[in-house]
Amino acid sequence: MISASGITKRYGAVQALDGASLDLRPGEVVALMGDNGAGKSTLVKAISGVVIPDAGTIAVDGAPVRIGGPRDAQALGIATVYQDLALCENLDVVGNLFLGAEDRFLRHIRMERATRDLLGQLDVRIRDIRVPVAMLSGGQRQSVAIARALLGSPRLVILDEPTAALGVEQTAQVLALIGRLRERGLAVLVVSHNLADVRAVSDRVAVLRLGRNAGVFGTATAAQEEIVAAITGAGA
Amino acid sequence: MNPDTTLRTPYPMKVLKRGDIGAWPVVGALVAIAIIFSTLNDRFLSAQNLTTLALQMAATGTIALGIIMVLLLGEIDLSAGSVSGLCATVMTIVNVKQGWHPLASIGLALAAGAAIGLLHGFMLTRLRMPSFVVTLAGLMGWQGLLLYLLREGGTINLPFTGFISKLSDTWLPGWLSWLVVAGLVLGSGGVSLLNRVHRSRAGLPVTPVWWLGARSAGLAVLLGAGVLIMSADRGVPLLLVIFATLVVGFDLLLRHTAFGRHVYAVGGNAEAARRAGINVTRIRILAFMLGSTLAAAGGILAASRLSAVNQQSGGSDVLLMAIAAAVIGGTSLFGGRGRAYAALLGVLVIQSITSGMFLLSVDSSVRLMVTAAVLALAVAIDSLARKGPIR
Repeated sequence: MISASGITKRYGAVQALDGASLDLRPGEVVALMGDNGAGKSTLVKAISGVVIPDAGTIAVDGAPVRIGGPRDAQALGIATVYQDLALCENLDVVGNLFLGAEDRFLRHIRMERATRDLLGQLDVRIRDIRVPVAMLSGGQRQSVAIARALLGSPRLVILDEPTAALGVEQTAQVLALIGRLRERGLAVLVVSHNLADVRAVSDRVAVLRLGRNAGVFGTATAAQEEIVAAITGAGA
Repeated sequence: MNPDTTLRTPYPMKVLKRGDIGAWPVVGALVAIAIIFSTLNDRFLSAQNLTTLALQMAATGTIALGIIMVLLLGEIDLSAGSVSGLCATVMTIVNVKQGWHPLASIGLALAAGAAIGLLHGFMLTRLRMPSFVVTLAGLMGWQGLLLYLLREGGTINLPFTGFISKLSDTWLPGWLSWLVVAGLVLGSGGVSLLNRVHRSRAGLPVTPVWWLGARSAGLAVLLGAGVLIMSADRGVPLLLVIFATLVVGFDLLLRHTAFGRHVYAVGGNAEAARRAGINVTRIRILAFMLGSTLAAAGGILAASRLSAVNQQSGGSDVLLMAIAAAVIGGTSLFGGRGRAYAALLGVLVIQSITSGMFLLSVDSSVRLMVTAAVLALAVAIDSLARKGPIR
């Protein structure tokens, strides 16, 4: 289990996070919601090592850890898929999956085999994995980016707005993929604005408001109005 | 496991749909050029003319290969012409005036090219100057240094019978040419057959055997025809062998090493490459060093052909033709797309036009305009392929 507690971060005059906490368990999808400026991105960045919080602790299986940068987070098994996906559009799926992790002399067959196996396990459908990523659909690209995150055998996968740019069918594909991450026993944190997607895929919804926790809900049991009220602060 | 990701066979026919139209337009252009000029002048496809053409290709083609290394990053190298002239001058001076061994002189010239590339790469990555400005300064600066080094006399001759001049007056004997052709055809055929075995053993889709056979046969016919034609004249020039070896070597480097893949990655999306843990600065500097070293090599070949260096070495249209060759061959100016073979194909187009126009005794004004039209067409095709309907 990975837990962040009491995370505080201030940018100049702006208090981005003020003692926010989050627990992420294996085999569970947590949706992180909140209005613009609620501190979602900052919390995600703190966990993935992109920003260093001013205060607060992050613990893995109960033991406090120091995350001083993205490399530390990766070493702890925290993989992040950013909204821009960071794919090289001119490279094929195999090239993108193994980018930066190649042997000095490329072992094409081994990499392609591993790519096919991984995509097969995730049930990601790409007709020809040797075409440039530029020719894939948005949902396929998102799937490639997620598959790449899995290569390092992480324990936690953070997805930043994975469905924001996708149509209905593509969204369904990506949500199904998130479900399969859960089946693999991974902890998944999804940052999203879309309540319908969140309800479809998550086990719990954690809401941030003005840098603080504004409630954690069981997705199955909470009413939509409750979550909306927590996001907007209407109930307070 | 779903069938869609595992069952997918032959690739070759889908090339056109990939937005990566590859070499087909250039091959078409070459065929068109051959038909047009051979109908206008029956000497165009003669053994003598084609052998001379092969000899003329090497220097510009080698420089174009260097340009490709830089274009793949999405950068530009305007200094390649000046660098080729300067490095050839350095070689000639230490060889003729200081009495260095020819190989040591060549080594020094290549090292000078690498050092210049290192300097350019440093200015690009550390001082964050745009490559256009860095290499524009290089274009003028290295040209200036060349003029300074040549200031007395303006021309230095290389001994006609010396090693360096002999490079461009050495011809492979017939038996050796055929041996090389056989080695290339059997070697490449064997490797792709072996690769096919390994792929099918790993359960990956394989290209049909007939396609591999057709490719080997095509290669054999192409190389065989080349050797046959050139043997009817003086033979296969060593210069062409040097250039072709460089092209094949750099193709292998780009396609089969992590360095090559990282060059494409940086050209495609530098930020993504950086986040994947690639040292983008190192890749950029190395690519500029390779580019300038190849420019130096091209300068050496040009000096060998001329048996001299002079104030025009690496000047006038050397740079423009090298860039044009790289682009006509199918290298994208937007970075991340192109292959080493673009240098060979592109320079073949340009030299064919030059040679054909020369045979027709057309003024060089017309030659420039025709080359310009071909270049414009090549870039238009590249842009359309890039922005065309994808997905």
